[in-house]
Amino acid sequence: MLALLSDQPLLAALSALLGLGAIFGALLGFAAIRFRVEGNPISDQINALLPQTQCGQCGYPGCRPYSEAIADGDAINKCPPGGEETIQALADLLDVEPQPLDAEHGVEKEPVVAWIREDECIGCTKCIQACPVDAILGAAKVMHTVIADECTGCDLCIEPCPVDCIDLIPRKEGIGFWHWPLPEDRAPRFDVIATDAATRDAA
Amino acid sequence: MRTIHDIHGGIHPPERKALSRPGELSTAPIPAVLVLPLRQHLGVPALPVVNVGDHVLGGQTIAEAQGVMSVPVHAPTSGVVTVIEARPIAHASGFEDQCIVIEADGQDEWLSFTGTADWRGLDAATLVGRVRAAGIAGMGGAGFPTAVKLSPGPARSIETLLLNGTECEPYITADDTLMQCQADELIEGAQILAHIVSAKAILIGIEDNKPDAIASVEAAIARSGAEIELATFPTKYPSGGEKQIIEILTGQQVPSGGIPADIGLLCVSPGTAVATKRAIIDGAPLTHRIVTLTGEALASPQNVTACLGTPITALLTHAGLNAESQQRIIHGGPMMGFAVSDLRAPITKITNCLLAPTPAELPLPEPAKPCIRCGHCAEACPASLLPQQLYWYARAKDQEQLTEHRLFDCIECGACAYVCPSQIPLVQYYRAAKGQIRDSEQEKQRSDNSRERFEARQVRLETEAAEREAKRAARKAAAQSRAAEDGVDPIQAAIERAKARKADQGSEPEQTP
Repeated sequence: MLALLSDQPLLAALSALLGLGAIFGALLGFAAIRFRVEGNPISDQINALLPQTQCGQCGYPGCRPYSEAIADGDAINKCPPGGEETIQALADLLDVEPQPLDAEHGVEKEPVVAWIREDECIGCTKCIQACPVDAILGAAKVMHTVIADECTGCDLCIEPCPVDCIDLIPRKEGIGFWHWPLPEDRAPRFDVIATDAATRDAA
Repeated sequence: MRTIHDIHGGIHPPERKALSRPGELSTAPIPAVLVLPLRQHLGVPALPVVNVGDHVLGGQTIAEAQGVMSVPVHAPTSGVVTVIEARPIAHASGFEDQCIVIEADGQDEWLSFTGTADWRGLDAATLVGRVRAAGIAGMGGAGFPTAVKLSPGPARSIETLLLNGTECEPYITADDTLMQCQADELIEGAQILAHIVSAKAILIGIEDNKPDAIASVEAAIARSGAEIELATFPTKYPSGGEKQIIEILTGQQVPSGGIPADIGLLCVSPGTAVATKRAIIDGAPLTHRIVTLTGEALASPQNVTACLGTPITALLTHAGLNAESQQRIIHGGPMMGFAVSDLRAPITKITNCLLAPTPAELPLPEPAKPCIRCGHCAEACPASLLPQQLYWYARAKDQEQLTEHRLFDCIECGACAYVCPSQIPLVQYYRAAKGQIRDSEQEKQRSDNSRERFEARQVRLETEAAEREAKRAARKAAAQSRAAEDGVDPIQAAIERAKARKADQGSEPEQTP
């Protein structure tokens, strides 16, 4: 065998390459099984950026399905609750150009929470079934109420209500939610060099 | 003699403290109407416990604390609660907030209080409870509930109680006046606070531009016979920042993101100490405070003891405001204060100064010019930050870099903006950036919570569906096994039963109309 190889350098090179290929192939195959990642890491990262309102305005039944769709190449501008900020974050993550929000799916609004006018509630439990995050409390034929801290403001409970007793009210109101705004950029007129002013005056 | 350390940066703005004649204290008249905000402190607003139309006495609790991060509110005089509604308050936002409005009846009748002269016999928990019930919130400016501060937890033991008598901001002389006029109460309050947190030592720090206050506190210490150390140090703004005075007096730095209790210190303002003394020994709640009324637009700048809830306009009129049109009134000092948009707003537990400057005295800031990267701001920063970098990142809303550059160690003292030759409102950039970062953190938490709930619901729905499916399968299997045993197909049997019924009905059509 050795004699044959030393006689045939071409064969020796070929078998060395084949041998290496087999070893590394086996290594890769082993690693692929041993270090297999459960789930789709990209879609998990995308899901972490989505606002989790679970409103379905993107056309998917919840944020996770949309994140999976984005991972498979869907557009990143279909999430109105997330707005520009989410689009920017997604663009950064996926290294694509940010696009303006697709108006077909809605417009960016102030965050809201659902509010049940309790006198009018008839206790039909329809909103409870519609709530994607179990934020409505109640039972058949008794008044329901929204756990405001858990409500995402997805508005999925509005449609099923037979007596239209659910309002969406702004979530961030009052002094507790205020913070200083960035100063206005009142860029002053400044003349970098004196001759600039002269030319403008002449014109 | 204690070694005095120096802090990085700092500035020396004109002090203008003599204007308000520190050391002379008068009492402001009780206004006809008092407006008491439910949130005069940092944390959750208090909950009203009086109804519209109720007659209240001075010192009566009109709103209870809601939870731990909250303090109660007390009536500063007797009168009738006329309304509980949103009123303009002294806040940078210019928003309204819930207030209890009391119409004073002019009698100034008070509840009778019972204090405890022998406070050494009481345990810390009882004393903290009384401090809490007295509605004391840090009177230095932030309004942090004092009872919370006095319970740093068993993991942190307090070695030294530090009384911060620096009052480094220009114009303000409220603490200076308090240290001159109420030094004995101050010392007693400090001893009570030290007893509560079992601090071994009491240290009082006063800037050397207040010789009268130093002399008066020194005399009070001698009278009390207690072992209290008084340290003086050179005047520089902002030596009075909590972290700054700690570094000046101990040479230690409070860890980034930490609190003074992490290095065994508790830092309180003189006003808080006096309020504690009154709460424990006299049993009286916090209903009044010392406010500096100053600025050249006032005919008689002065320090007054005023009822909390006194409208700003009433106090300024008392001090003889030469009301010009467009007069700017600043709540707090010229460095860290903010302009009040509505002068009907009341003073609160955190109002140490009302400043009415003439336009010549404190001109409005000119429009910001571009940053020329001179680096003066970094030299002035007492927290050793890089204000210029923070400015660029705040503009770019780069939250990661802002956190990386320790934005949250910024004490918003305004030294950087003061030295900025381009007059960039740097502090406002930092405040805005801090707000944005806190906002996104809250949103992140909210969305994580929603995700968890959504996923839990998905799992629940799936299990329910699976259970139903399993039951159905079980019924089917049972039916089939019965069929196998009896030799009768249950489906076939059911069909035959139905057929028989139909046939019955067909024979008696008169039963169905």
